[in-house]
Amino acid sequence: MVDKGFHVNSNTPAEDYLIPLKLVFNPGGGLIGGDVVYPKPTMEKYDFGDKPLSVFTGNFELMVKFQVAPDAPAGPGVKVGKLRYQACDNKACYPPKTIEVSVSYSVQ
Amino acid sequence: MPASRFPVWIAAAAVAAGCLFTGCSSETVRAASVKPDKERKEAPDFALKDADGKLVHLSDYRGKVLLLDFWATWCGPCKVEIPWFMDMQRKNKDRGFDVLGVSMDDEGWEVVKPFLSDLQVNYRVVIGNDTTAQLYGGVDALPTTFLIDRGGKIAAVHVGLASKKDFEDGIEQLLQAPSGGITRAALPALLGPALPGAR
Repeated sequence: MVDKGFHVNSNTPAEDYLIPLKLVFNPGGGLIGGDVVYPKPTMEKYDFGDKPLSVFTGNFELMVKFQVAPDAPAGPGVKVGKLRYQACDNKACYPPKTIEVSVSYSVQ
Repeated sequence: MPASRFPVWIAAAAVAAGCLFTGCSSETVRAASVKPDKERKEAPDFALKDADGKLVHLSDYRGKVLLLDFWATWCGPCKVEIPWFMDMQRKNKDRGFDVLGVSMDDEGWEVVKPFLSDLQVNYRVVIGNDTTAQLYGGVDALPTTFLIDRGGKIAAVHVGLASKKDFEDGIEQLLQAPSGGITRAALPALLGPALPGAR
């Protein structure tokens, strides 16, 4: 969730110099795949640009498609990844951040 | 000597001394964002490398009015301000003004050099680090820009995109300020002893 008044660049920012939102999962473990489905961004105009920017604001969800690996052991597991994002408000921008993301699963 | 000449002589000396102390021009600029002298704190010194690998100290700029800009290549508001700063550099470099950019790009010169080349930035840029940012209060938001007076004190801070006029007025006010050496304590010596008929 992005706080009111802030936005993060979408995965397909409008300008080359902007840092995109990106979610990547580490390889290995009981799950394979990991293609990310990003939501549709909104185009918003800010004081610091002539063109609208492609951004995510408020609540949004990323969907990730995994398959169970053929050799996945039965039982619980955790798939770990990294989410990189860079946020701004209407006047200023904040350093890009990378946070760890984890998905718990159980193979039966 | 006629008594009427005394008040004129004293008035002229007072105006001259006043101009030396406060700075006189046909148009005195006062920027809302510029702090009074007594409220300004010393700008922390630092040593960072420029694009040629030379070490740049903030103290190298003592005696000049300096615009110190923390920015990054991924920062949209920074890209709006940089051309303004280039313009201000062009117009004021012969008046004792300079701009120093501090890039906060983690990727360093690999991304900063092409950016500077594309925009033909006409002032010095160094690569910053967390230590320097902490000296200046953390610099969480970009751009964060400091106006530093000739004495090396922080006269104004702008966090986020500011107006071009705010910068221009602040720079002009600091450029018009006296460069030092004349103080209130020196005024009596400049004015001379009290003369008969003087108030």
